[in-house]
Amino acid sequence: MATSITVNGRTHSVEAAADTPLLYVLRNDLELNGAKYGCGFAQCGACTVVIEGKPVRSCVTPVSAVAGKAITTIEGLGSNGAPHPLQKAFIEEQAAQCGYCANGMIMTAKIFLDKNPRPTEAQIKKALGANYCRCGTHNRIVRAVQRAAKEVA
Amino acid sequence: MKSAALDRREFFRQSGALVVGFTLASAGLAQQLAPRPQLPGSLNNNRMLDGWLRINADGTVTVFTGKVELGQGILTALAQIAAEELDIAYERVEMISADTSRSPDEGMTAGSQSVENSGTALRFAAAEAHEMLLQLAAARLGVPAGKLAVSDGTVSAGAMQATYWELVKSVDLKREATARARPKSPASHRIVGKSIKRRDIPNKVSGAAAYVQDIRLPGMLFGRVVRPSAPGSRLENCDEAAVRAMPGVVAVVRDGSFLAVAAEREEQAIKAANALRTSAKWTAGIALPPQGSALFEHLQKLPARDSVVNSKVGAPSAGGPVTTIEAKYTRPYQCHASIGPSCAVAQVKDGKLTVWTHSQGVYPLRQHLARVMRMSEASIIAVHVEGSGCYGHNGADDVACDASLVARATGGRPVKLQWMREDEFGWEPYGSAMVMKLQARVDASGQVVDWQHETWSHPHSTRPGGAGSNLLAGWDIANPVPMGAPINGAQPAGAADRNAVPLYVFPNQRIILHYLPEMPLRTSALRTLGAYANVFALESFIDELAVAANADPVEFRLRHMKDPRARAVIEAAAGKAGWQAGRKGDGARGRGIGFAQYKNLAAYVAVVADVEVDRRTGNVRVVKTVGAVDAGLIINPDGVVNQIEGGIIQSTSWSLKESVRYDERRVQTRSWADYPILTFSEVPAVDVVLLNRPEERSLGTGEGSQGPTVAAIANAIANATGTRLRDLPFTRDKVKAALV
Repeated sequence: MATSITVNGRTHSVEAAADTPLLYVLRNDLELNGAKYGCGFAQCGACTVVIEGKPVRSCVTPVSAVAGKAITTIEGLGSNGAPHPLQKAFIEEQAAQCGYCANGMIMTAKIFLDKNPRPTEAQIKKALGANYCRCGTHNRIVRAVQRAAKEVA
Repeated sequence: MKSAALDRREFFRQSGALVVGFTLASAGLAQQLAPRPQLPGSLNNNRMLDGWLRINADGTVTVFTGKVELGQGILTALAQIAAEELDIAYERVEMISADTSRSPDEGMTAGSQSVENSGTALRFAAAEAHEMLLQLAAARLGVPAGKLAVSDGTVSAGAMQATYWELVKSVDLKREATARARPKSPASHRIVGKSIKRRDIPNKVSGAAAYVQDIRLPGMLFGRVVRPSAPGSRLENCDEAAVRAMPGVVAVVRDGSFLAVAAEREEQAIKAANALRTSAKWTAGIALPPQGSALFEHLQKLPARDSVVNSKVGAPSAGGPVTTIEAKYTRPYQCHASIGPSCAVAQVKDGKLTVWTHSQGVYPLRQHLARVMRMSEASIIAVHVEGSGCYGHNGADDVACDASLVARATGGRPVKLQWMREDEFGWEPYGSAMVMKLQARVDASGQVVDWQHETWSHPHSTRPGGAGSNLLAGWDIANPVPMGAPINGAQPAGAADRNAVPLYVFPNQRIILHYLPEMPLRTSALRTLGAYANVFALESFIDELAVAANADPVEFRLRHMKDPRARAVIEAAAGKAGWQAGRKGDGARGRGIGFAQYKNLAAYVAVVADVEVDRRTGNVRVVKTVGAVDAGLIINPDGVVNQIEGGIIQSTSWSLKESVRYDERRVQTRSWADYPILTFSEVPAVDVVLLNRPEERSLGTGEGSQGPTVAAIANAIANATGTRLRDLPFTRDKVKAALV
């Protein structure tokens, strides 16, 4: 079945069963690496993308449910050569070890900052509360979000 | 009558003559037999200079290492070392890591040894290449080498110049290293010692390809594996035909009890694996150990290989009354719990297997893969590509084997196989459950007069390497390759007994290991091996003794510690935290300290933790931590801070929350709901103090803070509440029960 989805401003027609998790369409059909498989249960946040201004766990979102909606992945924020302030801040703060969770942290923080441009540390921690990091880079991630907030403000 | 020594000399004289005979016959063999000089670090086993670096005419330098990036920043640190010794800009260095077709064999990336081993090898190899280039430039320019200046690969004497990129045509690095060129003195370092930003992070935060999960090859299929229903269970039957008929399915692999699928699309592979799982009938499997506190009684009764790993018999105490104190500490099975489940890509083509893997040891993996696949090692290439953080032996090697077995059934098409979350939690090798029983006697002056530490533990390394096959699928296939007998790493580093030998100076001590080789739940290397639990016990017990001796914990430690570097980190952590001697907790808030030199060989780390205990709910919050570190010469300060900080936070998570759930037959930890880890609001503030000692050799830091942190937390809880907790993890239920 063909589904039409719009990702980072471009529309694609993908041949996938209606219940295919968006995550696999993004990774395998569109060859976008940003969203990661972490748990498949919407528990860890590694697969987070933004749909219509909201952070969404793409591992439990069927592709048929997002047809026609504007989907943004981390590739849509910025690139290695032209990074988004959040991506830049993660580099500046060296806010990663393995970095597997970074996609979800950045995408969740993006929407959070859009709504709360001057957050407190506690608010950032709360906003990222359902994103898991195993390497223990949490404090660096919080500093990166604070840095990005300053740059954008 | 001849003495034995004379006999031996005579024997060597005769065998020496034999060597000469061989020299005439075969220079190669003689080279193998002749004693070779010991070279520093991993140079000793990988002796060719061009095995470590290549200077390219295009102005770049390619550096090869057998160590792998695990998110610890090692490739950045190694590039800094090479650039420093070569006198080139850091940006010119390209890193090639662990690849059996082209990198040195440095075994495992484990044990906080990469800077020590690979870094040392690179330092000497680069210094030697630097000297060769300088000598050549001196000859070209007609100026003594000592009068030459080098800047970013350009050698100059006044107006005369030559660059490495021209000179390299006449320099042959295809020769054995001598390690005679002296590396730079730390005082002249420009790149080493700087917090250069990690080379891997930009790709990781932008969605560029960074992981083995991101590999896409032409014609690639997706694989999934169906593991047995329980440890030790065997496949009785399953409906392969129905699954073969499912959309997109290309192969169903059934080999003994190994079951897997390959499909055109990833979601098709997942559906096919689920269908296969539903149809499969398995035998019951083996009995798992008892749960809860019964586990630890059980461990102490299991058949054990007992050994005294360290003992010291010194002067008896001066006399007077002594107090005997005993305590038993426990630690449950714990998970690596990587955020990204393990993954590999494999391709079998023209009788050759290539596997892209996030294994920590591509050479040992290749050796065991060869046995399972019934292929020669020469026909297998294993290439490291980063995965999610592993923190030790997770599913990385096993999934590489799974992918290889599936790739044999896909007609040459490559297969990417990732474990599902429940595969990772259910089948990764766990950190061993452990029991530590300590006993000591303290005299009236508050000196420890004797000390005994007993540890009961399963193995801490069942990684590939050695006999048999340490790959899950290898045990399940119809013609299995069983696991080799596990071996406990020897002291001074130890494995199950790692850091059980105190660095404190006691006149009498006895350290005993009860090694439990049988493991119904497979165990292997989880960051620090046994050190996390042994340091928890040792450093908790030191505090218990301090309380008995009515002494301040910091002062009591210093009283028994001679090593000046250990004393310095303890004092630095206490100083930075504003430690007040003898300060008591207020019932809810308290402070504790923990110390260890990891392996008694690597970095010295002391951690001070401040906790808040909610007596009503039992919730423990670690509010703030201070870590002080002596890692000798620091290559990348922020890299060290990141490792120490990450270790403190991960150890806090292990210590407050983590244990594997299981019942009589099955592991019940399947998702994050069954295995909570620390979340943002629970993460302590972390302040890291670096004691740089450029004159001392670099010491590994990757595992340095895990042990000191758990001890600092346990001691802080005791300081806060007056109640000593000896059973990890300190969950709400346990804390609440203890405080009633």
